[in-house]
Amino acid sequence: MNSTLIEKHVTPISSNWPTWFAAEQKTALTDYEQSPTPTRRHESWRFANLKPLDLSAFVDAQPVSSEGRLINASSGLGEFSAKMVFGNNALLHRSAQSLPDGVIFESLESAAANHAELFRKYFMARPTDLGSSKFTALHKARVSTGVFLYVPANTTVTLPIEIFHWAEGNNASIFPHTLLICGENSSVTVMDYFKSADKLTALACGVNDLHLEKGSRLTYIAVQDWSSTTTAFHINSTNVDANAKCTALIANFGGGFVRGESLSRLIGEGSRSEMYSINPVEGTREIDQRTLQDHIAPHATSDLLYLNALDDRSRTIFAGLIKVEPGAQGTDAYQKVRNLILSDDADPNSMPGLEILNDEVRCSHGATNGPVSEDELFYMQARGIDRDKARRLVVNGFFNSLLERIEDAAVRTHLSGLLAKRLSVD
Amino acid sequence: METKPDLNIDRSIGDFHYDVDYEFDAGIGLSERTVDYIADVKKDPDWIRDFRKDALRKFESMPMPTHWASHDLDNIIFENIRYYLSQGTQPKRSWDDVPEDVKRTFERLGIPEQERKFLAGVEAQFDSEAAYSNIKAAVGDQGVIFVGSTEGLQKHPEIFRKWFGKVIPTGDNKFSALNSAVFSGGSFIYIPPGVKVKHPLQAYFRINAENFGQFERTLIIADEGSEVMYMEGCTAPKFETSTLHSAVVELVALKGAKIQYVTVQNWSANVFNLVTKRGIAHEEAEIKWIDCNIGSRLTMKYPGVIMKGRKARGEVVSIALASDGQHQDTGAKMIHAADDTTSNIVSKSISIGSGRSTYRGLVQVGRHLKGCKNNTECDALLINTESRTDTYPAITVRGKENACQHEASVSKISAEQIFYMQQRGISEGAAMSLAVNGFVNDLVQQFPMEYSVELKRLIDLEMEGSVG
Repeated sequence: MNSTLIEKHVTPISSNWPTWFAAEQKTALTDYEQSPTPTRRHESWRFANLKPLDLSAFVDAQPVSSEGRLINASSGLGEFSAKMVFGNNALLHRSAQSLPDGVIFESLESAAANHAELFRKYFMARPTDLGSSKFTALHKARVSTGVFLYVPANTTVTLPIEIFHWAEGNNASIFPHTLLICGENSSVTVMDYFKSADKLTALACGVNDLHLEKGSRLTYIAVQDWSSTTTAFHINSTNVDANAKCTALIANFGGGFVRGESLSRLIGEGSRSEMYSINPVEGTREIDQRTLQDHIAPHATSDLLYLNALDDRSRTIFAGLIKVEPGAQGTDAYQKVRNLILSDDADPNSMPGLEILNDEVRCSHGATNGPVSEDELFYMQARGIDRDKARRLVVNGFFNSLLERIEDAAVRTHLSGLLAKRLSVD
Repeated sequence: METKPDLNIDRSIGDFHYDVDYEFDAGIGLSERTVDYIADVKKDPDWIRDFRKDALRKFESMPMPTHWASHDLDNIIFENIRYYLSQGTQPKRSWDDVPEDVKRTFERLGIPEQERKFLAGVEAQFDSEAAYSNIKAAVGDQGVIFVGSTEGLQKHPEIFRKWFGKVIPTGDNKFSALNSAVFSGGSFIYIPPGVKVKHPLQAYFRINAENFGQFERTLIIADEGSEVMYMEGCTAPKFETSTLHSAVVELVALKGAKIQYVTVQNWSANVFNLVTKRGIAHEEAEIKWIDCNIGSRLTMKYPGVIMKGRKARGEVVSIALASDGQHQDTGAKMIHAADDTTSNIVSKSISIGSGRSTYRGLVQVGRHLKGCKNNTECDALLINTESRTDTYPAITVRGKENACQHEASVSKISAEQIFYMQQRGISEGAAMSLAVNGFVNDLVQQFPMEYSVELKRLIDLEMEGSVG
C-alpha cells in the first residue's frame, strides 16, 4: 500500500538538511513499510475505523499556488512575538518581532545544521507509541521542514508565538512538525494552527514534541481546522521535568478522520501536565484520541479533560490511561471525558483507564454521556431564541467551561472567538 | 448420577491418588477422544456430543486473548490437564494432608466439622442430603426444577435445549469454548411462571460433588413473573488440586422475572479461575449478579446482562480481594438493547501486598434507544506500596436520550484513620481490618446474612500480616 508516498523522496526535499538525516529517513521509511497495518485486535485500535489507514490515494504536495494569499490569511492573535507560516511542506514566511536574546526560532532543517547537538538530543527522541508507530515512522521518513523553538533558561517570551501549517490541493500529503524545548525556568506560549487552503481532501501526518526542563512553563494550543474530508494523524509527546508546568489544549474543529495521540511523561518531581481537548463533531466526521498520563516521578500532577459534542452520524473514541509507576508516590492524577450527545446516530466511545502501581496516590477518572438539557433549551426558546441556535449556544457554553482554564486572557478570548465562529454563534 | 460415591475409601492412606479406573477418568490432555469419552460416560444425546465437538474445534482455533488479558494465561498447559473425573475417582487425601493454614482458616471462619472435611477434599461429598432433600421437596411442590446440568439436559430437553448455549455462544471466548467441549456438573434450574422461591437455592447443598467441578455449566431460567436467588461457593478456601476452572453460567429472566445470582469464591492460590457469566433480561425483568472473588492465581470474570426487553434492569455488585501474587481481573458487561433499560455497576477492589486487581467494564447502548441509563462506580483500595490496581472501562452510549456516568477512584487507607483507632487501643492490624471492612461494608450488606458474616471474618484473616 501507499505506493505513491513510498516511492519518492528517499532523500529529503530540502538540500539544506545535513547528510546524516538522509540515512535516518531511509531507516524510518523501512520501518514504515515493514510495520504491520494496525488491526482492531490491538487494544490501541479498539473501536477504531481502519478504512482511513489506507493511504494509497495520497500524493506528494505540490508547491502552493499563491504564497501571498496563505501568508495574508495566517492571522491569529493581534499581538504575537514571532510567526512562521508553512504551506505544503515548505516554509513560506518567518517573522520575529520581539524574541528575547538566545531564543532559537528556526526551521527544523536549519536547526539540524546550526544546532545539531540540541536537534539530535530532542528530535523524535522519545517513544510516542500509543498505537501509531507506523505513522510516526512515515512522518519521520517524509518530514521536510517544521518548527524548532528553543527558549533558553530563565527566559520569558511574553507574547505568544504563532505557527500556521497549510494544506492545499487534492490528495496532497503534508507532514507538519513542531519541536519545542523550554529551558529551565523559561516561559512561553505557542499557538499551532492547522488549516486547509481549500475544501479538498488532504493527508496530514504531524508530530509535535514538547520538552519542559525544570521549572519551565509552556502553554501549547493546537487549533486543528483541516477540511472536513482530510485524514489527519497528530502525534504528540510531552516531557515535563521537575516543577515545570505544561498546559496543552487541542481543539479539533476540522478533519474527516483525525487520530490524535497525546503522551505526557511526568519525569520530574512536582511536575504538572494539563491535557485539554475540545471536539465539536458533526456529519460523518470521526475523532479518535488516545492519551497516556505516565507518572514516573513522585509528587507530580496531571489533569486531563476532553470534551466532545457529537451531532449527526459523527464518531468519537477516547481511550485514556493514567499510569502510575512504582516510584511515583504522591501522584495526583485526574482524567475525565464528557460526551454531549446531539443526535441519535452519534457514536461516542469512551475508555478511561487506570494502571496504578503505587499506593501513595490520589487518582480518579470519569466518563459521562448525556443530552442537552431540555430545560436549558426551553429557557432560551421562551426568550425568543430558536431551538437550533439555543442548542448551539449550549454547546458553546459546554466548551467555554474548559477554555476558562487557559490563564492568558488574550489567548482565551481569541480561542473563545474561534469557537463561536466555528459554532456559528458569533 | 451414574456413579455411586465410594464412601469406603481408606482415609488413612496419605498422598492423594487417582484410581486407575478408566471408566470414569478421561485421562490427561484434550482431544476429540476426550470429548467422546465424556459424552460416552455421561450418555449424552447426539446433539450434545456434536455441540461438544464443535466447541472443541472452536477452542482449538481461537487464540489466547493475551492481546488484552494477562500473559499469565500462557502458563496454562492444556495438555497437562485432566478434563473429566467422575465422583468415584476424585483425588483422595487424609485430614492430616490438609495444610495447617487451611485448617486454621476453617477454624477461624467457624466452618462446621463435617463441612471442613468436604471442603478440604478429604471426603468426596458433603453429607447434607437431608438439607438438600428438604429444599428440593419444598420447591418441587411449586414445580421448580433444581437438578444437575446432566440430569437437566436428559430429563427436560424441551426447556434445556431452547436456552442452552443461547446466552453465551460457544465461540464467545476461548474458555467458553473449552467449557462447552468438556462441561460436566453445574445446575439446571427452571422456575415456573409466577413462582417466587422463598429460600435461596444453594449449590452448596446439592449432594453432587461435581457441582464444584472444573468445568461446571449452569443454566437458570426464570419464567414470567417468577423470582429466585441462587448462591454458589462459600467463603472457606476450597483446597484444590486442579489448577484450571472454567465455568459457564447462563441466566434467562423472562418477562417480569427476577434472578439474583450470588457467588462467593475463595480459591487456593494455584488456581486459574476463568469464568463466563451472562444473563438475558426480557421485558421488565431484573438480573443481579453479586460477586465476591478472593484467592486464586488469576481470576477473569465479567458477569454481564443483556437487557433485551423494555424496562429491563441489570446490576453487578462485586468485591475483589487480591493478596500477594494474585490477580483479580474482574468487571461487568451491560448491553442495553431496549428502551428504558437501566443498569448499575458497583465494584470495589482491595489489593494487598503484591496483589493486583483489575476492573474491566463494557457498557453499550444501541442506536435509537430512549431512556437508557447506566451508572458505574469502581473504587480501588491499595494496602501496600507494591500493590497494584487497573481500571479499563469501555463505554459506547449512543442516542441522545440516554445517559451514563462512570466514576472510579483509587485510594489508600489514610494514616489518620489508623492513628485515630490506634489511639483508642486498637492494634494497627485490627485497625487496618476495620478500615477495609468499612470500605466494602455497603456492598457486604447486599450479601445473604451468613455470607456477610463469614466475609467479614475472611477479610480480617486476609489482612493479617499485611501491615509492617
